[in-house]
Amino acid sequence: MDTNTEAHEAENQEDVQSEEPKKRRVVVPGEVIVSGEDFLPGEGTRREGNDVLASRYGLAEESGRVVKVLAITGAFIPRRNNVVIGRISQITSNGWVVSIDCASSAFIPIDESPRFINKSEMDQFLDVGDAVAAKIWSMGPRGIDLALKSRGLGKLDGGFLFRVIPNRVPRVIGREGSMINLIKEKTGCEITVGQNGWIWIKGKDIESQIKARKAIEMVTDKIYLSGLTDKMEAWFADN
Amino acid sequence: MAMKRKDGRSLTDIRKMEAKVGVIPNADGSAMFKMGDTIAIAAVYGPKHLHPQHMQNPQTGILRCSYDLMSFSVNDRKKPGPSRRSQELSKVTQWALEPAIDLQDFPSTVVDVTIQIIQADAGTRTAGINAASLALAHAGIPMKNLVCSIAIGKLDKDIVVDLDKSEEDFEGGEGPTDFPLAKLANTDQYTLVQLDGKIQPDKVKEVLKLADDACAKIYEIQKNALKEIVEQ
Repeated sequence: MDTNTEAHEAENQEDVQSEEPKKRRVVVPGEVIVSGEDFLPGEGTRREGNDVLASRYGLAEESGRVVKVLAITGAFIPRRNNVVIGRISQITSNGWVVSIDCASSAFIPIDESPRFINKSEMDQFLDVGDAVAAKIWSMGPRGIDLALKSRGLGKLDGGFLFRVIPNRVPRVIGREGSMINLIKEKTGCEITVGQNGWIWIKGKDIESQIKARKAIEMVTDKIYLSGLTDKMEAWFADN
Repeated sequence: MAMKRKDGRSLTDIRKMEAKVGVIPNADGSAMFKMGDTIAIAAVYGPKHLHPQHMQNPQTGILRCSYDLMSFSVNDRKKPGPSRRSQELSKVTQWALEPAIDLQDFPSTVVDVTIQIIQADAGTRTAGINAASLALAHAGIPMKNLVCSIAIGKLDKDIVVDLDKSEEDFEGGEGPTDFPLAKLANTDQYTLVQLDGKIQPDKVKEVLKLADDACAKIYEIQKNALKEIVEQ
């Protein structure tokens, strides 16, 4: 594995939708998922009397006693330790403001630069409009702080960016990174996947980059199929 | 029921309804809701940063609705742009949806709901609310329940469900009466009750009963629309 996303994949494990068959069904807000005192309401659910209800639209899943609803649509909701891809929108006296496609603004403090930077030359390291991969370090009422000091993070040079639906990112990564590693291996591209749906691809030639993008878009289209990694392997054999 | 309406429905029949989710790929959530010849589309964006800043509420996110008719949606071209009527209906739609959603996890943000009526044949605010409620659910906004909306009317002395334009303009007998309602599905909580016209106070109970039955049917249509985009 020549690429730089190994580091992120470890943290994304929790979000990965497992591909083994599990009892899951689509629920709409207000729908009763299970009845009985034995169950604990988890994320996206609430208890009303004897019932556990969905408080959002998604896939209901029972893991042990905990019932939760997994999001399948909607805007990106930032979480700590998410790797995101954003664009520098402003340079301030003590860092960079980054737009990462969510409600709160994100900030990279100047200390995150790997070498000393003179405050008058901040645009030499990151200029307005540059794309960066960064990790969400902390989230507070005043905004999101990003970190760059990790493998594979930092300014994205060359290659190209495109966007997929943020909720499908776990599928693109796959179980323990299986899907993204397969795509990297078969196309020889460097790929960084942001949890906010932005994906960066850089390869040796334009054909391999386009192939990688096509493969990723296949995965996001076929989200409800199981055993997708095997199917993609077959797809790569055909193309 | 012996008496039939102009389009062959009985007094308590709703028009043919159709719902579709995810009609606007660029929106975070979107839906189309069709009631007979009335078609509404709704798009939801957010939670996102709220500007102007003085509207921000640090305790919770806010909902912002905008309703409008497309200029080609009615027989006489509607002049585009906000009007008194569209401002009122935007506000009324917002009040109808607000009790159903919970934005406490997204303080200082806004969820924008844009409703466009692409074809109008009476009951546009109810179609708009039905579409908006679907679009909010599709956008993954935390909600207590879906919102279902229906208009009840009166043809002379008969209470009828889901008026179309020709019935809404019915001038005979006691005059035209339009009674739009919206409620949280599976509850008795009404979030919109308007009355345009005249009705005897003792008949209001009957109206609510009819609205309840119609909303149950609408809820099923909404639920199926949300489920069918996954089960394919």
